[in-house]
Amino acid sequence: MKMGKAQLVRKIALGLSSFFLISAFTTAGTAGAAAATSSTLVGEIKDVNSTPLSGVRIDVTGPNGFAAQLTSDAMGKWQVEVASTGIYDVTLDQASLPAGQALTDISKGTRKVNVLMLGNALTILFPIGPGAERTPILDQSVQLLADGLILGIIIALAALGLNLVFGTTGLTNFAHGELLTLGGLLTYFFSAIAGLPVLAAIPIAVALSAFIGGYLQDRLLWKPLRKRGTGLIAMLVVSIGFAIFIRYVFLFIFGGFTRQLPQFAGQEGVEIGLVSITPKSIISTSVGLLLLAGATFWLLRSKMGKASRAVADNPALAAASGIEVEAVIRSVWILGALLAAFAGIMVTLNQGVSFLMGQDMLLLIFAAVTLGGLGTAYGALVGSLVIGVLIQLSTLIIPTELKYVGALFVLIIILLVRPQGILGRKERVG
Amino acid sequence: MDFIFIAQQSFSAALGVNTIIFALAAIGLNMHFGYTGLLNFGQAGFLAVGAYSVATLVVSFNFPLWAALLIGILNSIILALLLGLPTLRLRADYLAIVTIAAAEIIRQIARSATFNEYLGGSDGITGKFGKDFFDLNPFKDGLNTPLLRYTANDLWVVVTGWALVIVVLFVMWLLVRSPWGRVLKAIREDEEAVRSLGKNVYLYKMQSLIIGGIFGSFAGFVYALSRQSVQPDNYGTALTFFAYTVLILGGAARVFAPIAGSVIFWFLLVFIEQMLRQAVSAGYIPEWLIGVNQVGQIRFMLVGLGLMMLMIFRPQGIFGDRKELALDARA
Repeated sequence: MKMGKAQLVRKIALGLSSFFLISAFTTAGTAGAAAATSSTLVGEIKDVNSTPLSGVRIDVTGPNGFAAQLTSDAMGKWQVEVASTGIYDVTLDQASLPAGQALTDISKGTRKVNVLMLGNALTILFPIGPGAERTPILDQSVQLLADGLILGIIIALAALGLNLVFGTTGLTNFAHGELLTLGGLLTYFFSAIAGLPVLAAIPIAVALSAFIGGYLQDRLLWKPLRKRGTGLIAMLVVSIGFAIFIRYVFLFIFGGFTRQLPQFAGQEGVEIGLVSITPKSIISTSVGLLLLAGATFWLLRSKMGKASRAVADNPALAAASGIEVEAVIRSVWILGALLAAFAGIMVTLNQGVSFLMGQDMLLLIFAAVTLGGLGTAYGALVGSLVIGVLIQLSTLIIPTELKYVGALFVLIIILLVRPQGILGRKERVG
Repeated sequence: MDFIFIAQQSFSAALGVNTIIFALAAIGLNMHFGYTGLLNFGQAGFLAVGAYSVATLVVSFNFPLWAALLIGILNSIILALLLGLPTLRLRADYLAIVTIAAAEIIRQIARSATFNEYLGGSDGITGKFGKDFFDLNPFKDGLNTPLLRYTANDLWVVVTGWALVIVVLFVMWLLVRSPWGRVLKAIREDEEAVRSLGKNVYLYKMQSLIIGGIFGSFAGFVYALSRQSVQPDNYGTALTFFAYTVLILGGAARVFAPIAGSVIFWFLLVFIEQMLRQAVSAGYIPEWLIGVNQVGQIRFMLVGLGLMMLMIFRPQGIFGDRKELALDARA
């Protein structure tokens, strides 16, 4: 029981430390208050998709004949207390990794850790990916392609709303990622806390996100700002402030650790041809595709969808020809929030939800949107699929932990060569 | 409630190390955003480059500190060139996305297990890399007065830090008053007009990016040296956004604004935190409403809310001139 609490505290600390101030600034004055008698070596074993890997054996050896054997728990975490300073060898038992997983760099199976002083926790990570040594490159590529398409659909769901809002109002919304977190956290709330089955919680969460994150957000925040004539750069900064605010409201309510849904958390994959996919991924991705198809159909065929494209093209002309611009913007917000919430739920199903989820996804969404062309609805779809596939396939060449770096790098290169994106029009970039 | 302690903490913070770091970072942003209109959201990247240059070169490669500092400045210039080449021709919001992505690339590389050997992975680098600097410390004792309290080392950082801020500010003041500075302001207002006068807008923007970036790396130096450690997650996007809050609070496009903003920002942040903390532990605020560990989170909510409110109701900040800043992405 005591252990569980310590773990909880550490998890919270881990979550917070990604946000610099709490750990760095407030402890600066009080550091060294108590003489510590031990340090903790901790680690988290996760695969390419951040799915925790349990049952992986870790051997730790150190000075004075220190030796310990650990096994990663259901969250992929392991930890051991060490009582003296010195150099420790942490070895990951590669045979204990699940089938299809291996160290991306075989030579890094053993890590040397230098414990300089007692009292802190040291994190030891092993880069793990689909084992290059175990599976033939073709099988691996096909699996990564499938993973990439799923990731691409998640990004596309999130990106479409961002792009529609940008197209119709000109707002570059840095708080869009928080819509994903909202969807994930609401699903968690209705299933784990309110006790509904996950399948019932998802539609409620999506509907509520569309109402709160779409309708209410536009009504209470952005519409008044548009009325005031607030500039676009000012609105961009407002969205940053809003994102920080909402993120910490989430942290305040739900705490800093990653939460798994009560059902479907550790599902076994099924083999389809060369690919192994979990049933939850198949179903959620299919629903995601249907939503995307529905949104595209709405844009192409419905009166409101056509109107939204007209507003994106030229708001003044659209208003002059009798289109109710505010109604169009409202429906775009609701649609965007709905799609983003489902994207957040897809992420939550696979790897759990934390208050930082939206922030982590936001840059990928921006990368996808920029790649496809800012403000073009179909561009967002194309860009997302390209980014998703590219991120996963890049792990064939670069270490898994750097896969997002690769994607962001491509974003910069694209801007160098074709700043308006794949489907963007040249005039959009001034 | 111990009001003397609260006052001491707040005033020490208002003139403390964090205030210096954010003042320097915001002076850099003032050059980018305030005077040139460049929406650089990657300032954290410049700080990271400065901080990691010092830590890595001294700890992993045994460079002397002064050489590491010089190379740190050089590295920030290289980063500015790398960032500027593809992005400075783009519209403001594109620049924002690219710079934020670049800063995130730097952070993720710094925390990756792949480069663990040199950059220390997610734990960063801790070591006595500031030894050369602290050896020069003339203060034997710290400062302990009712209003200000620093340890001997902190006092040395604070004194040298403020000296650095004053020098940087003076350089900034000279720059923006010069003909060069007037061209920057003109670019901010109307790029096309400046171009039609035969000025190379791209070159001016690049120079602005480099100079502001160097100021950012100074902030990184102070950050790393004051703590004798660097941690990758301290250089996330939040750092940039906080620096923007500091700048906008003071008033963009005012030379002294970053300092005023930073002092007020840190005073308020620590004051509110200490008040809340003491109110919670004294039982004025019930535990179920706000736990002691949640006080820090309230601070962040207030920062977010404050940034929104500032931008909506007083975008010129405390000392700024509303007419001077008329930026618009689509204009």
